Amino acid sequence: MKDILEILQERILVLDGAMGTMLQRYGFTEDDFRGERFKDWPQPLQGNNDLLSLTQPEAIATVHAKYLEAGADIIETNTFSATTIAMADYKMEELVYELNFESAKIAKRVADEYTAKNPNKPRFVVGSIGPTNKTASMSPDVNDPGYRAISFDELRIAYRQQVEALLDGGVDLLLVETIFDTLNAKAALFAIEEVKEERNIEVPIMVSGTITDASGRTLSGQNAEAFLISISHIPILSVGFNCALGASQLLPHLEVLSSRTDFAISAHPNAGLPNAFGEYDETPEQMALQIKEYLEKGLVNIVGGCCGTTPEHIKAMVELVKDYKPRKSVITA
Amino acid sequence: MDKSKTKYLKLSGLEPLVVTPESNFINVGERANVAGSRMFLRLIKEGKYEEALDIARHQVEGGAQIIDINMDDGLIDGKVAMVKFLNLVMAEPDIARVPIMIDSSKWEIIEAGLQVVQGKCVVNSISLKEGKDQFVHQAKLIKRYGAAVVVMAFDEVGQADNYDRRLEIAKRSYDILVNEVNFPPEDIIFDLNVFPVATGMDEHKQNAVDFIEATKWVKENLPYCSVSGGVSNVSFSFRGNNPVREAMHSVFLYHAIQAGMNMGIVNPTMLEVYDDIPKDLLDRVEDVILNRRDDATERLLDFAQSVVGKAKERKVDLSWREEPVQNRITRALVKGIDQYIVEDVEEARKNVQKPIEVIEGHLMTGMNVVGDLFGSGKMFLPQVVKSARVMKKAVAYLLPYIEEEKLLNPQEGDSQGAGKILLATVKGDVHDIGKNIVSVVLACNNYDIVDLGVMVPPEKILEAAKKENVDIIGLSGLITPSLDEMVFLAKEMERQNFNVPLLIGGATTSKAHTAVKIDPQYKNAVVHVNDASRAVTVVGDLLQNETADGYKRSIKQDYGIFREKFKNRAQHKEYKSLEAARANKFKIDWETSQISKPNKFGVQVIDDLDLGKLVPYIDWSPFFRSWELHGKFPDILNDKVVGEQANELYADAQRMLKEVLEKKLLKAKAVFGIFKANTINDDDIEIDSEGKKYVFRTLRQQLKKREGVPDFALSDFIAPKESNIQDYMGCFCVSTGFGTAELAAEYEKNHDDYSAILIKALADRLAEAFAEYLHREVRTSHWGYAANERLSNEDLIKEAYKGIRPAPGYPACPDHLEKLTIWEVLGVKEKIGVVLTESLAMWPAASVSGYYFANPEARYFGLGKIKEDQVKDFANRKDIEMEKAAKWLAPNIVDD
Repeated sequence: MKDILEILQERILVLDGAMGTMLQRYGFTEDDFRGERFKDWPQPLQGNNDLLSLTQPEAIATVHAKYLEAGADIIETNTFSATTIAMADYKMEELVYELNFESAKIAKRVADEYTAKNPNKPRFVVGSIGPTNKTASMSPDVNDPGYRAISFDELRIAYRQQVEALLDGGVDLLLVETIFDTLNAKAALFAIEEVKEERNIEVPIMVSGTITDASGRTLSGQNAEAFLISISHIPILSVGFNCALGASQLLPHLEVLSSRTDFAISAHPNAGLPNAFGEYDETPEQMALQIKEYLEKGLVNIVGGCCGTTPEHIKAMVELVKDYKPRKSVITA
Repeated sequence: MDKSKTKYLKLSGLEPLVVTPESNFINVGERANVAGSRMFLRLIKEGKYEEALDIARHQVEGGAQIIDINMDDGLIDGKVAMVKFLNLVMAEPDIARVPIMIDSSKWEIIEAGLQVVQGKCVVNSISLKEGKDQFVHQAKLIKRYGAAVVVMAFDEVGQADNYDRRLEIAKRSYDILVNEVNFPPEDIIFDLNVFPVATGMDEHKQNAVDFIEATKWVKENLPYCSVSGGVSNVSFSFRGNNPVREAMHSVFLYHAIQAGMNMGIVNPTMLEVYDDIPKDLLDRVEDVILNRRDDATERLLDFAQSVVGKAKERKVDLSWREEPVQNRITRALVKGIDQYIVEDVEEARKNVQKPIEVIEGHLMTGMNVVGDLFGSGKMFLPQVVKSARVMKKAVAYLLPYIEEEKLLNPQEGDSQGAGKILLATVKGDVHDIGKNIVSVVLACNNYDIVDLGVMVPPEKILEAAKKENVDIIGLSGLITPSLDEMVFLAKEMERQNFNVPLLIGGATTSKAHTAVKIDPQYKNAVVHVNDASRAVTVVGDLLQNETADGYKRSIKQDYGIFREKFKNRAQHKEYKSLEAARANKFKIDWETSQISKPNKFGVQVIDDLDLGKLVPYIDWSPFFRSWELHGKFPDILNDKVVGEQANELYADAQRMLKEVLEKKLLKAKAVFGIFKANTINDDDIEIDSEGKKYVFRTLRQQLKKREGVPDFALSDFIAPKESNIQDYMGCFCVSTGFGTAELAAEYEKNHDDYSAILIKALADRLAEAFAEYLHREVRTSHWGYAANERLSNEDLIKEAYKGIRPAPGYPACPDHLEKLTIWEVLGVKEKIGVVLTESLAMWPAASVSGYYFANPEARYFGLGKIKEDQVKDFANRKDIEMEKAAKWLAPNIVDD
């Protein structure tokens, strides 16, 4: 199988789209989320999408397959919230290893099936590492700006567990994504470096921040370039942005990244901005039209979708990227 | 990966700091240091972190590009203090925008600091002092935390104090870091130890020279690294003689920077401008720093006696005047200083081929900085308007040159702005403060503005749009009838095949109205924009070729969806018939109700009230709101985010208010009257003015409410005729607007939009204050029902008094038509000259009119939506066409 670094030189890779949007279509009930195994769990579990890897593994596999069928090169594991910190809401801290391990297994199995079908188009699994639901450099209490709900070390330890389990489950890459507080991401990167050193392995890392407002800053207040500088101390495969904004709003920030780094650039925006009712309604064609702008400007190496995107969106992107060369400045040593 | 082309020291706070060979000397702020600042130490010891933060903030404001934070003191828990202080710094965007230098001799404090800062900081410092193992261990962790590092020239043997030792330690440290730890060389900063000179000891004579030469060697032989140092050490022996110290710092830096020192800890107030050092002092200082003669120290000591205490008083820091012309222009624009702009612009003009280049180059560069700061929330509206004032002054100065240039080179095309935008307050409406602010802010962003002013008829708007070939039309309005004008304009634009986007703004407009009523009329883009800061982004999105189509499409779609949902939602609310609402009216027990007979009946006029009397009645909060500074007065003056701006604006307003009072620039006039009154036919109030009868029509709430809540109309507060109890009501009109337009025009002529907007906002406040003042006079004296009332201004703003003064056009009585009756009853136009436009807006704009109700049970309420049965009934009562009634009441009629 070709190395992902090599493939990145040759063409633009496509990441999958939203898992949550696809799972919503199943209309799973509280009972479905619980399955047999968690039927007596004291907390309500509906909405714990990561848990579906254990209770509805076929649904997860089917969504992965749909994205692979649409032509995605890289699929994300269903582990966005699978850290002890984010799982505390459900009192499922103990299950973190299993959630990550099984999610990685499912994704890897489906990806391998597709690679086997067409070895010329190898499929990769990236372990999704979300931001957790706490911020390390902002106070949740406006009256006490010096307070922090989580520390760097707590984050580092939680991320370590997730990373180890994802790697054990067989992921090919890691994706630290939807970064709204750069300090959280730095803790994740710190943890990954620790695991890499202990296991003496290399694993490509993708880093993806989230610009949360029109002025072009992360939730923790950094602009795109400051964000880039803050995460560039680790040799990563790619840096980019996802979520929060639609493709066209992301453009200027991608331009900033593209002009200032030699890392590959990724973008997996939402299907537009949510409308007044919190729904995403950009069609695949509309979104592709905007992604096309990235391609024409030669800004990206990896594209995909976040909230509101579907296999149809991904298919449109797959069709689109065929005709474009990847952004050039990635130079291997 | 080949990043050599960008192998620069890159740091970040909320914003990046990239140190390139072209960068100026990087100034590290050093006051947030318990070891270096007694004040900071005291504040930390006493737990006064808020004040300690101010020290850091001052440093950043004073130009520090990095702030050094040090908590090494035996009497404080350094780790706790470091974490606490850094956490607080992170919550202050104006400090956290710059990178942090975590300064400690204790590793545990450094690591604790690294764990709470999201940006890429600098660790100050590590060294080989405790041996290689510890050095490597710390360097590895620093790299993993993502920080740069200051490496002290210190090893197991001791501190480097001569040229050779500096080289030896620097080379060894560098090799270990780069080759063994894989530390990026651009992230290494050497502190090569600045030691004092002129101490009287021979071995210290070479100290500065050794530093400078070692710096040169390091920069030449250890690629990509930086060199730093604490500059004030060099003048240690001249403590107490600031003129000499300042000169020594400047001379030392001058030579060290040439050798390659690119950052340092410097107190900017302890720095003389190199070229400003008197020749005799300069010579002697250079002799000492560069060790040029054996008796250098003695000569400087002698000379020093003569300059003791001559330290000049620096009242205003004008050091920025020394900077290159672009920096000066940028600063003048950012700070809103117009004092030197003409001279700077003239200097810039001499350096370019065509005068237009100064606008397109120097001035736009500066305005882009203003735009960025405003966009990122670091500048506020009043500042931007002040920037515009400087810009206008500069442009006005250049215009004659540009005209001349055009005559010389007529073939050259006119320069292209970013786009042309037409702005107008619609027919019948006179309010323009918001529109003017938008106009100024857009002009700052290089848009050409065609401002048609107020009360602009639709045909004039469309004609001007065609003639000027504008790219966007923006409509503004404050009163409800303006909404219809906007709908009409959208229809006309569609009919006449316009294709430019239409912007809608003003206090009465809303996304809902725009989406539901205006957007469907026009097939091109219609966008509701209600604040100046958003106007810039929206206009940008609409006009940039890359974003325009997508944006227009998404807006259209967004409004379409909004419209659908809005309609669905509107239908959920239930309304009752007018009959049912009347049956559920608010009931006052007229037998027991207190009704006071007024002391004085009939119409009275105040021709020229002393404005000074109104000052205590001013409610300042809305004044700040009109400048998009949100918060309650006076708390807003201490607000963390906008406090400084609010203070400045408030000071400007006070200054102008003083001038207005002293020179009597505005005139306060009022007409009012109290009359016999009784309710007739449920919802009408009949009054009697010297035997002549007039009728005010009121409107009644129809929204279905829970059991027991009445459906209000203003007529409920007046005793019905059939009760045979004589009741009373009043009405009034006040204005402080006479003179405003002239003053504003005068300011605008002098390119001072800031003051033009300020005077209008101030006149509005005075009019409201007058209404408040007059209401009190009426309550306590003319009517006299509350003769013993004692209320503070705060209580007045909270409307803690008895009785109400609702105004037509506002929630309790949204129907503007009743103003016509007030005008007739009081003879407003004849007596004080305030007139009504065709949309029934008052002119001058700074006017207030309304009714007085005195019943203790009278209260303010919002009418809400009404049904068609009431519109029909209202039309009948007023004897007007149903169509006319529907037009005036449109914003309040339930959509079916």
